[in-house]
Amino acid sequence: MNETVLQSVRDPFRALVVGFVPEAADLSAEAWDEGEALAEGMLAGRPATIQRQVRFLIRALDVLSFLRRGHRLARLDPEARTRLLASLQDSRLLLMRRGVWGLRTLAFVVYYGRDEGRAAVGYRGNPGGWIARAAARSGEATTPGSSGSSVSHGAAT
Amino acid sequence: MNHVRCDVAIVGSGAGGGTVAQALARLVADGHRVVVLEQGARLTDSEFTGIETEMADALYDEGGGFLTEEGTLTLAFGRTYGGSTAVYTGTSLVAPARVIDGWGVPGLEHNDVVRRSQRYADENNVHPLPPEEINDNNRLFREGCLEAGYRAEQFPVNVRGCHGASLCNLGCPNGAKQGTDRVQLPAAERRGVEVVTHAEVLRIEERCVVVRVSEPEPGAPGERSAWAPGEYRLSAGIVVAAGGSVGSTALLLRSGFGSTLTRLGKGFTCHPALILVGEHENEITNDVGHPKSYFLDRAIEERFVLETCMYFPFVTAKNLTGFGSDHSALMQAFRRLQMILVLACDRAVPENRISVDRTGRPRVHYRFTAEVREALAAANRAAAHIFFAAGAVRVHAPLADPPLLGRSEAGSIDKRIRAESFLPGKTSVTAAHLMGGCGMGSDATDSVTDAWGRVHGVPWLRVADSSLFPDSLEINPYLTVMALADRAAEAVLGEAGELLAKAQGGHS
Repeated sequence: MNETVLQSVRDPFRALVVGFVPEAADLSAEAWDEGEALAEGMLAGRPATIQRQVRFLIRALDVLSFLRRGHRLARLDPEARTRLLASLQDSRLLLMRRGVWGLRTLAFVVYYGRDEGRAAVGYRGNPGGWIARAAARSGEATTPGSSGSSVSHGAAT
Repeated sequence: MNHVRCDVAIVGSGAGGGTVAQALARLVADGHRVVVLEQGARLTDSEFTGIETEMADALYDEGGGFLTEEGTLTLAFGRTYGGSTAVYTGTSLVAPARVIDGWGVPGLEHNDVVRRSQRYADENNVHPLPPEEINDNNRLFREGCLEAGYRAEQFPVNVRGCHGASLCNLGCPNGAKQGTDRVQLPAAERRGVEVVTHAEVLRIEERCVVVRVSEPEPGAPGERSAWAPGEYRLSAGIVVAAGGSVGSTALLLRSGFGSTLTRLGKGFTCHPALILVGEHENEITNDVGHPKSYFLDRAIEERFVLETCMYFPFVTAKNLTGFGSDHSALMQAFRRLQMILVLACDRAVPENRISVDRTGRPRVHYRFTAEVREALAAANRAAAHIFFAAGAVRVHAPLADPPLLGRSEAGSIDKRIRAESFLPGKTSVTAAHLMGGCGMGSDATDSVTDAWGRVHGVPWLRVADSSLFPDSLEINPYLTVMALADRAAEAVLGEAGELLAKAQGGHS
């Protein structure tokens, strides 16, 4: 079996994902697998040079984390990870800013590319459009605890 | 290598290729063979799932994230039956006179572009949506504009039987959007034009295209190609390049035309765009209903256009600035988010161009000029004013530092949002209006084609897509592409007898 892009850097990659999306800390093993499969799918369509750069960058950030903060990414507390990444996204080096941007894109697809990630933010896109939304709202109205507060179609906010 | 003959080979099936295919279908009745070569797949109706990650991979080149050489801008363009007309929102505007006249292309008259655009607008059912189909996200934009002293205009869109799925950018799951995949290509096929999918055109040779037909990726949606996998030499009396700004330009470059056409690859523009969101106190209808009903045109005054928009969670997350808890909090407010797309009206400059690498793969070089940065900042400021005027309690503006503005800061928008905050590589910028590379003009010293898409010095080779634009269009380009493709097709029809006779002579 061919090695995937992220396989050899899985631990620091997951640590980075949590640094970008704190809620990812609560992902189940299955959710990680699903999210990483999406990231791998995204990378699979990119040139081999980009795949190599991604792997190199993750390793480089892992080393940088150790040098700057005394811990590898996976052992750095999440807030410190986020601060480290924030400093790098404002780097004077375009290459570093690009790298952080690319990694955050992968992190976002891991979290928000999944059905559960979309649902977690309340996304309700549905091919049925208005009819499906009306049906869902009538269901919500009978569900205990539902806010039912959606502004109706065309109504004032 | 398989050898196949046809009379006209059309490379690409989007707004340009689809239009040319339909217009040239009459040649089939005269006994000629017309073939459309599309690199992407043709999905069945049930395969349009509306799922973000699936459809991005199935319908876009590089999943909609084609990265420029500088790594600071991603380009989204379709790679499917119907090209980008399958994945855009259907907004259909006629090119303004100041732009067409400003291009200064001899033989290209604004009234001709208008006449042809209107014909395709009628054919594709372009019309403004009725008020009862406008969602809160759009309505708030219009109201915010009014309150802030701007005049929003309504987009005419090319839909028929729209359910309001709000999934236009992922291919309409209801077949409502009237792109070339729904109108021109089926009409052409009914009249005998052949469409070959999964067909990547490797290069153009003398009256011939070399094509590689592939199997669909395992598990990927889409029908198999009409042709068996393998490489083909497709002889053609006339070749029409309609693979879009990046596709056509790269194809001509890797085919060696750059040695005589020095303007090939030059003049690339793309309306670089940013997303802003405004957070409201209550839920609004945003992810249901057509996503793009209004725009604010400030191109003349400030070089930008604002449009309503609504994207999906991953694309939204990617296009907001930053990450961590502030970013997550904004994402958690998804149901309360109003969204505005800001587009800069960039101008063709020498450093922004298309090239190819040693393997023939396209490379797009794009640097943000000072004018574009200023336009994006002005657009951010205008959008922020509109959000607050519409009742938003917080605004996320990528060019504010820090990017979140509370309502109490509404009075300091003009100070907080500055062009200096634009940091390439950090600020997420995307573009979907890719233009130029094979620009029209007088002769080979200033352009690649004439006003009818004829490639200078190569009478059998034509271009019919947005690569023809000599400079930015400053509006959504789809109808103008169709109008220019219609002109290219008209020229082909007028000269087909002579061109095809020459080709026959060459083959005999």
